Amino acid sequence: MNNATHIFKEENVIHHLKHYLPAQAALKDFIHHNTLHAFQDRKFYDALTESSKIFGYKTSLSVKEYRQLFLDKKISEDVLDKVLNDKKGTENVSAWKYKLLEYPYEDNFSGRRSHLRNNWKDLYSVDLDLAIQPFLFRFLCSYLDQGIAIWKFPEWNKGFLTTIREMERNTYTSFFKKPRAKRLLMDRKCEISDLLKILVGDETLYEHYLFDQQFSHPGWSGMVAVVEENPVTLIDSRRISLQELIIFELLLEIDTLDEKFGENWLPLGLRLAKKVTPLFAPVEKTEYHEVLHLWQDAFEWSYYDQVLSGIVTDKDVRKESNQKSFQALFCIDDREGSLRRYVEDLDPDAETYGTPGFFNVEFYYKPMDGNFSMKVCPAPMSPKYLIKEEIDNKVNKKDFHFANYTHSLFFGWLITHTIGFWSAIRLFINIFTPRLSPATTFSFRHMDKFSRLSVENSDITVQEDGLQVGFTIPEMADRVEGLLRSIGMVDQFAPLVYAVGHGASSVNNTHYAGYDCGACSGRPGSVNARVISYMANHPEVRAILKERGIVIPSSTLFMGALHDTTRDEIEFYDEMLTDTTKSQLHQKNKMIFVKALSKNAKERSRRFVTLNSKIDIQKLHEKVKTRSVSLYEPRPELNHATNSLCIVGSRRLTEDLFLDRRAFMNSYDYKIDLEGNYLFNILKAAAPVCGGINLEYYFSRVDNLKLGAGTKLPHNVMGLIGVANGIDGDLRPGLPNQMVEVHDPLRLLMIVEHHPDVVLKTIQRTPELYEWFINEWVHLVVIAPEDKSLWRFSEGSFHAYKPAAQTIVSVDNLETIFEHQSENLPVYLLKN
Amino acid sequence: MEQILEILIVWPFLAFFISLFLPKENEKIISGFTYGLVGLHFMAIVAFIIFWMTKGIPDINIKEISLYQTSHLNFFIDFYFDNVTAVYCFVGSMLTFLVATYSRIYLHRESGYKRFFNTLLLFYAGYTLAVFSGNMETLFIGWEILGLTSFLLVAFYRDRYLPVKNAFKVFSIYRIGDVGILLAMWASHHLWHENITFAKLNNYELVHEHLVGHSLFGVFISMMILIAACAKSAQFPFSSWLPRAMEGPTPSSAIFYGSLSVHLGVFLLLRTMPFWEQQIFVRVMIGLVGLVTAAIGASIGRVQSSVKSQIAYASVAQIGLIFIELALGLESLALVHFAGNAFLRTYQLLVSPSAVSYLIREQFYHFVPKHQNIETHFSKKLEYSLFLLSIKEYNMDELLDRFIWSPFKKLGNLLRFINIKNIYYITIPTFLVGVLIQVTRYNIPDFVVEIMPELFAFIGLLLVFRAYAGRRNVFVVWTLLVMNHFWTVLAISFNDNLTVDEIVFYLIGVIIAGTVGYLILYKITQLEKGVDLNRFQGHVYEYPKLAAGFLITCLGLAGFPITSTFIGEDILFSHIRYDQIFLAFFVSSGFVISGIALIRMYARIFLGPHVKRYHEVAQRSA
Repeated sequence: MNNATHIFKEENVIHHLKHYLPAQAALKDFIHHNTLHAFQDRKFYDALTESSKIFGYKTSLSVKEYRQLFLDKKISEDVLDKVLNDKKGTENVSAWKYKLLEYPYEDNFSGRRSHLRNNWKDLYSVDLDLAIQPFLFRFLCSYLDQGIAIWKFPEWNKGFLTTIREMERNTYTSFFKKPRAKRLLMDRKCEISDLLKILVGDETLYEHYLFDQQFSHPGWSGMVAVVEENPVTLIDSRRISLQELIIFELLLEIDTLDEKFGENWLPLGLRLAKKVTPLFAPVEKTEYHEVLHLWQDAFEWSYYDQVLSGIVTDKDVRKESNQKSFQALFCIDDREGSLRRYVEDLDPDAETYGTPGFFNVEFYYKPMDGNFSMKVCPAPMSPKYLIKEEIDNKVNKKDFHFANYTHSLFFGWLITHTIGFWSAIRLFINIFTPRLSPATTFSFRHMDKFSRLSVENSDITVQEDGLQVGFTIPEMADRVEGLLRSIGMVDQFAPLVYAVGHGASSVNNTHYAGYDCGACSGRPGSVNARVISYMANHPEVRAILKERGIVIPSSTLFMGALHDTTRDEIEFYDEMLTDTTKSQLHQKNKMIFVKALSKNAKERSRRFVTLNSKIDIQKLHEKVKTRSVSLYEPRPELNHATNSLCIVGSRRLTEDLFLDRRAFMNSYDYKIDLEGNYLFNILKAAAPVCGGINLEYYFSRVDNLKLGAGTKLPHNVMGLIGVANGIDGDLRPGLPNQMVEVHDPLRLLMIVEHHPDVVLKTIQRTPELYEWFINEWVHLVVIAPEDKSLWRFSEGSFHAYKPAAQTIVSVDNLETIFEHQSENLPVYLLKN
Repeated sequence: MEQILEILIVWPFLAFFISLFLPKENEKIISGFTYGLVGLHFMAIVAFIIFWMTKGIPDINIKEISLYQTSHLNFFIDFYFDNVTAVYCFVGSMLTFLVATYSRIYLHRESGYKRFFNTLLLFYAGYTLAVFSGNMETLFIGWEILGLTSFLLVAFYRDRYLPVKNAFKVFSIYRIGDVGILLAMWASHHLWHENITFAKLNNYELVHEHLVGHSLFGVFISMMILIAACAKSAQFPFSSWLPRAMEGPTPSSAIFYGSLSVHLGVFLLLRTMPFWEQQIFVRVMIGLVGLVTAAIGASIGRVQSSVKSQIAYASVAQIGLIFIELALGLESLALVHFAGNAFLRTYQLLVSPSAVSYLIREQFYHFVPKHQNIETHFSKKLEYSLFLLSIKEYNMDELLDRFIWSPFKKLGNLLRFINIKNIYYITIPTFLVGVLIQVTRYNIPDFVVEIMPELFAFIGLLLVFRAYAGRRNVFVVWTLLVMNHFWTVLAISFNDNLTVDEIVFYLIGVIIAGTVGYLILYKITQLEKGVDLNRFQGHVYEYPKLAAGFLITCLGLAGFPITSTFIGEDILFSHIRYDQIFLAFFVSSGFVISGIALIRMYARIFLGPHVKRYHEVAQRSA
């Protein structure tokens, strides 16, 4: 390469790499996102084919799995015919049907990645990964460690490579075995391209080589890239960059080769006999891929058509009660749908709403005695406010099993002789009568029930950690108004309005953050529920709202609550009421919640094969609770598994449907939002949040080994930031098998109740939002409010859509179904 | 009392055999069966121990059946029960019971559910046999079963690369321990002129009398025992296998590597204590090993940034302290220490996933950015060096590689010229020459005949090295491994008194296993159009039955206690004279390396990521 211009531009390649590496943050900040976010600028199916060809991912079910679904009637023949008819033309249906059903395709899950770097093994008989990775991972993990090691990394403030240089200079041993790598390390001018020149030689191959190298351990590389971009994901901060990691790894590679061959070996690029296909060369789409995509369409619409038919079926109109007993605001989370149904069932005068669980109040929350504050709103927001918890006394119980001193030599000696025996008793107790312990992540512990919160700002000049403590009155009013208008709750307020956040409880669960409220950045929503209630109860706020046309009568009280989705328990906040009638009303409502929760627990229990759903409902509920504190229970709850719908519209659309906890539901009234302004805000949040959850489940389910985290049983906690198999393994981003095994990999179908033209304009407001729909990562169907006609979005416009004929079964007793079925259930019409 | 003991020992074996026939799909039956039988066994043991205490804590020795008897040798099974047994079997059965209970739900829906419980029961049977054993031979049977089940549980996720690689590593180090036991058994034959029972070792005068005049022999035996104990209990320089064994489901790691399996080296020392107690040199060595391990283990443990490896090294360091306690003669303290360490580490491993939420919460409230460590008063250079060495685990792996595995491979590679085309032309004539010399002894000077055993054993050993380094042709490797046994017989036949009966007894197992194994290899090469040993191929995915069959034949050929070859090994050793230490060394090394080579074959052909691309495999680094 004598050209003055270089083909290899380090900055671009690193940027490119970061784009493709997994973007999962540290475990404490677990946030769902589209696993293949790097491909989102392409059409969904093109992205599937390309990522599978390039990286070797399995991006859909296999032909065999689809055929099995067809045999199991999970894919309807009518829908399949319809899909083939639409896509391939009537005359070709039978030919394609043969291909889908019979033709012996062979799956192939090998990609182009690693083809170049594999030549070290083939041509030089050197296994670089085996020689380098165990040390590299251990060293990286020590550097990034957040509090496992007793002897912390001795030096880190100066950055990764500088630290390595510093250590190399001041040690009796060395990182390297031969002098050359050491010399290169100390030469500060040494760049990636210099090292690649030694290793690879041929500049056209540099980028491919770095991709091969970093994707041989995507977990660690991804983590490094995330820490570089977003350092606050670590409590104990570290400076590191992907560039530094690459340099260090290249040096280790050179050293390994020097050790084996001396300093005279030919660079890899010069020994290649045959040409290696460039990683990002255009991917040829074959018939096999087309077959997979047709199957996926048929699979998706087999379910969607049921839902759509269910929604447009004419049902008896429930009579609207003019005297509402209470209203309850739940999170849009798919896990809340069934609870809402039970609450409405048990008290027909009650009304429920769905809205993102941070209740439109964005802030950082700092618990009493906490050293840090945590974000409790959707991940992309950057709040300017801080809410502090104030209590008189708080006790955090300790567990010596996690204490450092048990690992030290002499204390360890003392302990094994003494409380070591206590462990045996603890083990006995924990196995035979599981109970809450300091090791449990318990949602109600997020905030003390009797604490005070600094919701109202007293002095806007005072800042803490660069944040304003609490909200001013006008700021509160804006948030309450925004919330109420977006869900269409602007009049007819009941005496009690509950804001019910949600959280989860589990033990021995490294992915605990993924079980909490996604709209609160993976934390329970209790603080938000209390904060919004405080705001909405504030007389001055109500006065401002009145001016803006929302009249909340003084007889209405907002109350915060937290629903524990694992245990099906609820905790109410600030429920010491002076008004006795209201107090009685609250007691009555509380009973309804408690009853509804038990029924909800029963509905959930049908999925847990190790539970018998036929036993007495109270006992069953206790057993469901026990799961959340059992050390040996890898499935305390099933989280978002099976999610596949997002419904933005009135509760009227779905109140008579059984959707099997598969729908995110955002309440919305098109009548007060003819321009689509609130709709834009809803979609702007729902597409990335619900779409992200849905796609993470999709990819973790279809390729649990490469895009998911595999089975969680052998997982080992690395540096408190991630999990790996055993001690030598790469970090495993994505979801473990136990979380996704019952999930049907369907894309999200978003159903919006509004006029198609308004919706089209709304989604086109920003390119980021539009990308989700135009590239088909999320399906969109609009229900026109007047005539309930359906409009499906495709290729940039809405087309009238008619679902394939489906018979929707009516049921009146769901409980017997729950007692006998553990599989996904079809959509049912509920009789009243 | 004795009958009860026998029932207690047979019980887990019966449970294991029955469990093999349980329906594969029915989780409830499989785990319920295990739970019930292990639970009852635990209660029976508790009851027995109470009963035994009321009787005044007598030492019980039961001489069971003789499996093979000649004029100079009696291979018999013997059981023994004393306070050491009581503690070990109580801790073992309690933890196995708890872990079995834990796993019932933990492993729900995991593929390999039945395999897990089968292996757990076999482990438990081996453990019980080992702790109840009354002589080295019986102990060795249990010991071997533990080695095998460890391999199987580390490689539980057999379609991934790392578990299989690490399982093989664990097995290899266990095999090093086996050389120790084999040589210790051989030397004991010559010291005692019988298969000495542990009960007899308690006779101070007897031991003393035998050691006088044979002090070197005594030291040799003790050192071999120490090597075995070090390998099994992950002491220096073998420590690095322990954290790497944490590849299976967490409960299996907890019970095996947190608690029971890893304390078996300690058990061996406790059992043979009356013997080595009288030798100051040996006690110093045991203490030294313990001291070095405690120091190194603690320092490596301090830098571990993953929960499981931290627990593993903490445990290693504590076992180092137990070794010191033993060297000081503090037997009871060591027993208490064992039990406490086992309970603590098991529990810590079982709750290890909770470390994330617990420690993060802890940090949230108590984080102090500037830390104070005891290390801070070190000079910077010393601090960095120690830190780096600890991260690198004091290069223990490289040490083993450089001094043990690499030389083997190099020797083997020298013999690469032996291939499928010439293997029979080279080895058979050489072997026949040997037989001819043995039969005729015609005109051959005595001093030449004298070195014949060593010569042929060495040839056999070299061929095992060749097999160990073999990469391409599975038939060459297999043939070499089968023939090793013939070379061994040939070598030892130059010594006196080896009868045809004994030879047949020994070789019959070899011939059966060798033939069946060859057929399985033939079948799989037919089905797959060739297999090699260059990489893991994962054929168990498609041929689980062939894989199981091949594993059994490998075990048969490796002298695992399933065929007469196992006893035959002991017989052959008894014919090695006490002055033929090289011969003993060659033969035992041959057994050990061939065992490793056999498991390597099994792993490479049947385990690891499947070579075929039409279904998913995990990343290699995963």
